[in-house]
Amino acid sequence: MAKPASSIAKRADALWNWVDSRLPVSAFWKATMTGYYAPKNFNFWYYMGSLALLVLVMQILSGIFLTMHYKPSAELAFASVEYIMRDVEWGWFIRYLHSTGASFFFIIVYLHMFRSLLYGSHRAPRELVWIFGMLIYLALMAEAFMGYVLPWGQMSYWGAQVIINLFGAIPKIGEPLTEWIRGDFFISDATLNRFFALHVIALPLAILGLVLMHLVALRENGSNNPDGIEIKANKDENGHPVDGVPFHPYYTVKDIFGVSMFLLLFAFILFFWPEAGGLFLEHDNFVPADPLVTPLHIKPVWYFTPYYAILKAVPDKLMGVILMGLSVGILFFVPWLDRSPVKSIRYKGLWYKVMLGVFAIAFIRLGMLGMSEGTPAQTIEMRVWTFVYFAFFILLFFLSPRGKTKPLPERLTH
Amino acid sequence: MDKKLFSFFFSLVVLLVVSLPVFGSGGEELEHADVNIRDTAAIQRGAQTFVNYCLSCHAASYMRYNRLAEDLALSEDQVMENLVFADVKIGDTMTIAMRPADATAWLGKVPPDLSLVARSRGADWLYSYFLTFYEDPSGTWNNLTFPNASMPHVLWPLQGIQKPVYATHDGHEVIDHLVLAKPGIESPEEYEDTVRDLVTYLEYLGEPAEVKRKNVGVWVLLFLALFALVSYALKAEYWRDVH
Repeated sequence: MAKPASSIAKRADALWNWVDSRLPVSAFWKATMTGYYAPKNFNFWYYMGSLALLVLVMQILSGIFLTMHYKPSAELAFASVEYIMRDVEWGWFIRYLHSTGASFFFIIVYLHMFRSLLYGSHRAPRELVWIFGMLIYLALMAEAFMGYVLPWGQMSYWGAQVIINLFGAIPKIGEPLTEWIRGDFFISDATLNRFFALHVIALPLAILGLVLMHLVALRENGSNNPDGIEIKANKDENGHPVDGVPFHPYYTVKDIFGVSMFLLLFAFILFFWPEAGGLFLEHDNFVPADPLVTPLHIKPVWYFTPYYAILKAVPDKLMGVILMGLSVGILFFVPWLDRSPVKSIRYKGLWYKVMLGVFAIAFIRLGMLGMSEGTPAQTIEMRVWTFVYFAFFILLFFLSPRGKTKPLPERLTH
Repeated sequence: MDKKLFSFFFSLVVLLVVSLPVFGSGGEELEHADVNIRDTAAIQRGAQTFVNYCLSCHAASYMRYNRLAEDLALSEDQVMENLVFADVKIGDTMTIAMRPADATAWLGKVPPDLSLVARSRGADWLYSYFLTFYEDPSGTWNNLTFPNASMPHVLWPLQGIQKPVYATHDGHEVIDHLVLAKPGIESPEEYEDTVRDLVTYLEYLGEPAEVKRKNVGVWVLLFLALFALVSYALKAEYWRDVH
């Protein structure tokens, strides 16, 4: 029995060599996984990257199955979602996977971005990693917005109405621009159809391409770490960083553990609390879209509400739109706004800890206020936090070169 | 020291954010429906009430009759005999014969489809709604939970007729509470049970897969917990030598 087995093994080996000499599989695996050294001191925050990739794959797979049953038409869209929820085998699971995944995508992306603010991951030489990440974030917002229109509920319809009308605030080209986006004078079948096309083809392609660029740019210089020092400065006799470990197997097994913990939380929400109290699936969106009935309280989904609050904080519509655009746009410049000699919060003084803490409060609080009805008192609070939001970036630029720092260690602190 | 500072700030963020209120006035208090989605008998009774009192005007056009049989431990014959009055087949959805144009002419508007009403309104709202119908002094139906609702109190033969008792608040006359002016077939307690069963049915109607979802979810979580243990052990084994 041993002989045929070994001859099969020989043939398999020969086949593998045949492929590998024509396609650089093992070279690629070595360059990006087994020969790629990552800092050994990654903590909780460093799980988010692999989790974002996992959620991206889940969204694409569940999206493919939803597309098999969904009807992108104003007449049939709402009913087809209910058809998926009731008549399609495991359709409810696929739909909740997609809707829960959308919200978790943003939770993870926000934590991932916050990690960068904590440890200065966007600082030189990784500015492009951050820029590509920001582009992914923009594409993701467009993707989520258009996806939210597809179920064609009241919030889908009126949320889209409000968001698209924002473009109408632009002088001169505003009105024609909104018509061009909608493909009609109001949100209609034409709008739904093009949003479907963009949601299932154009934006996913853009996101996949940008994720690839994000990863290629990351592999070029390797990951930053919680100490914010370069591990490549200390190499052993083989040329490997002393404080690095090969990404595979060390971080693959660690990320698998991260995946298991994430899935526990994710599955708990999916199976036991998929509406998340109206945050992930809004109550009004279980009412079919009706152009004649305006809901009492129109608000975007939670992951947009911080920016929505900034919009509502400004009395003038055009100024509000500009400020909202600025609030996202300013994030692109963070790598150059932070001019501190050290990257990580660990070696920055108390000034940065306080600033970042207050900024986080401002962002969360703006998110909560963006869901509110907007009473005069709430509007004033929105203005306060909007001011704090922008003050963070301005202060960062001026304080970071002078702010107190602690001496950097020679090696990673484990 | 760093870690302590972080956790200090993190808890500060959480504390501050959670403690500040956002939603000013939450509106009027709702009664708690206390529905149990696993109480198949309650859903069956609710379905009976639904087809007797609701289904002539309201459709549930995403719900199939044979799904009722499947989920409520009934045979298809039982469903056809007890729950189907229209000329339909077991695989049809719970539609109504009234055309939208007629509904608008007769009732002023098309009564909304009830397939998802429990998901948009919530069980507590529905429960409160059915308990707070009253006849106002002009002799027309009104509702405390949904003022000026266009729907008449179709369950009044069961509940009887409630009338409002007014009180003066800051110079305004407002309804203080409702009293049962004319008893119905059912006692107030029996009527509350009837309404709870109906709301349980509506909750089921909103998401027929809810019970299955939760049942499957338990197994998924158990599997994932096991997976987490194994993957942790694997990680710990690999990382043992990294210092």
